[in-house]
Amino acid sequence: MAEPILEMQGVTAHYGRIQALKGISLKVFPGEIVTIIGANGAGKSTTLMTICGIVRATAGEVRYRGEVISSQSPDVLPARGLIQVPEGRRIFPRLTVSENLDMGAFFRKDEDGIRRDRDLVFELFPVLKERRRQPGGTLSGGEQQMLAIGRAIMGRPTVLLLDEPSLGLAPLIVQQIFRIVKSISEENKTTIVLVEQNANLALNLASRGYVLETGSVVLEDDARALLENPDIRKAYLGE
Amino acid sequence: MEYFFQQFINGITLGGVYALFALGYTMVYGIIQLINFAHGEFFAAGGYVGVIVLSFLGAHGYMGTHPWLCLAFSLVLTMGYCAMLAMAVEKIAYKPLRRSTRLSVLLSALGMSIFLQNGLMLTQGVYDKAYPTAFVQGGLDIGGVRISIMQLLILGLTAVLLFILNALVFRTRIGKAMRATAQDKVMSALVGINSNRIISLTFAIGAGLAAAAGIMVGLYYGAVRYDMGFVPGVKAFAAAVLGGIGNITGAMLGGFIIGMVEIMAAAYVPHGGEYKDVFAFIILIAVLYFMPTGIMGENVDDTRV
Repeated sequence: MAEPILEMQGVTAHYGRIQALKGISLKVFPGEIVTIIGANGAGKSTTLMTICGIVRATAGEVRYRGEVISSQSPDVLPARGLIQVPEGRRIFPRLTVSENLDMGAFFRKDEDGIRRDRDLVFELFPVLKERRRQPGGTLSGGEQQMLAIGRAIMGRPTVLLLDEPSLGLAPLIVQQIFRIVKSISEENKTTIVLVEQNANLALNLASRGYVLETGSVVLEDDARALLENPDIRKAYLGE
Repeated sequence: MEYFFQQFINGITLGGVYALFALGYTMVYGIIQLINFAHGEFFAAGGYVGVIVLSFLGAHGYMGTHPWLCLAFSLVLTMGYCAMLAMAVEKIAYKPLRRSTRLSVLLSALGMSIFLQNGLMLTQGVYDKAYPTAFVQGGLDIGGVRISIMQLLILGLTAVLLFILNALVFRTRIGKAMRATAQDKVMSALVGINSNRIISLTFAIGAGLAAAAGIMVGLYYGAVRYDMGFVPGVKAFAAAVLGGIGNITGAMLGGFIIGMVEIMAAAYVPHGGEYKDVFAFIILIAVLYFMPTGIMGENVDDTRV
C-alpha cells in the first residue's frame, strides 16, 4: 500500500498532569475516509488537536506527508493542506458568514480561486449565501456546521479533520452534512479523518475505523468489520 | 448660544484626542485582555519625538519655509517610532507572560510604564519642553464662534486616522484576521493566522495612534512633559471603558463623550474648570457601577473587536 499521508506514532499528550493520550498510533492513507469513534472523554478531540499542534505532543511523533509536524507552529499547517473543522464548530461569532469564509482562505493569495471556491460553498449550502452578511454567531447550529465545513473547503484541504459534525443537529441536517462530506471525499480526493460519537453513521461512511478508549486505541479494523463486531455493536451501536 | 458652540468645538477637539488615545487601550484589551498600563507612555513618547523632530527641522530652517511638510514628516516618523517601541515592549514584557495569569501581565505593564516614564525623565529632563507653535496660530471666525487652525488640524487628522483605522479593521484581510484572533485564538490558528504577528500589529497600531495624539496635545498646549501620559491616559482608559472595552467604535464614541463632558463641565459647572479632571473619573466610576459593559459592549466575559 502507499505511504500514509498522516501518521501518529506513540503520541502522548497531557492537560496539566492529566494524561489525555496514552500513546496513540494511527495511519491515514491518501484519499480514504478514516473514522475515530469512542465515548465522551476518550481523547478523540485531543487527538485531532494534537495532530494540528494546538495541543502539544509530550512524546511520539505526528507525521504529515512524511514530515514530522509535531514540533511546528499550528498556523503553518493549513497552508500545507491540513485543515480541521473543530468540535463545537468555532465560528467567529462577530464576523459575517462571508468574512468567516474569507478567513478559511486566509493563507491563500489566488483571488480568482478564492472567489470560485466561495461560489462552490454557496452552491453546496445555499442558506449561507442568503445569510452571507449576517454575523456567524446568529446562525442556527446546523447552519454554523455548514459554515464551519464551508470555511474548511475555502482552504482547499488535502486532509480534512472533522470533529463531531453531527453533534446537536437534527437527523435531516446530519444526513445533508454527511452527504456533502462524502462528495468532498469523492470529488476532490480529499482525505478525511472523521471523529464521531454517532458510530453507526461514521462507520457507514468510512472505510476504516479506530476505536478509542481513555486515551488509547483499543481496536482498528475495516469499517464493515467494526460494524459487525459484537463488542462494538454493544458498546457503541446501542445493542 | 455662541458660548455653547464655542465650547462644543473645544469639546470635540479634545474628544478627538481622547478617541485616538483610547483606541490603543481597547484594541489591546480586545486581543489579549490586558489593560496596557504602559499605553500612556507611547502618548508621551510621541509628544517628545514630535518636538525633537520639529525642533531639529526648525534649527535647519525648514520650519520657516515648509511648516506643514515638517509637521507631516514628524508625524509619520513619530508614529513609526512609537509603533516600534510598542512592539518591543510587547515582545519583552508581555509575550513571555502569554501563558501566565492576567495579573502577572498587568504588573509587567505597570512596571513597563514606570520604566518608560523614568527613561523619558532621565533623557529629556523634568521640565516642560516647548513646541514650535507659530505656524498653527490664527483661525476662522464663524458667526462669533472661533475655530483655531490648531483645532481644525486636530479634527482633520483625527477624522483621517479614524477613517483609515476603520477601513483597515473592517475592510482588509489583515483587519479581519485581527478581529478573528480577538474572537477565537485557537480557531484563528486553525485557519493559519499567526496570532503573535497579529498581536504585535495591534500594539503597533494602538501606539501609533497614541503618538499622533501626543503630538497634537503638544501643539495644542504648546509643551510636553515626561509624565504627560498619566492623567490623559486614565481619561482615555475611562473613554475605552465607557464605550465598552474591546470595542473599537465604542472607544471612538467614548473618547468624544469624555472630551465633551470635560469641556462642558468646565464651562457650565460652577468652579468646574478647577477640577475638570474629576468628571472623567466620575463617568468611569458610574459606568463601572451601573453599566460595566459600556455603551457598545454586550458581554463582559466575551471580547469584542
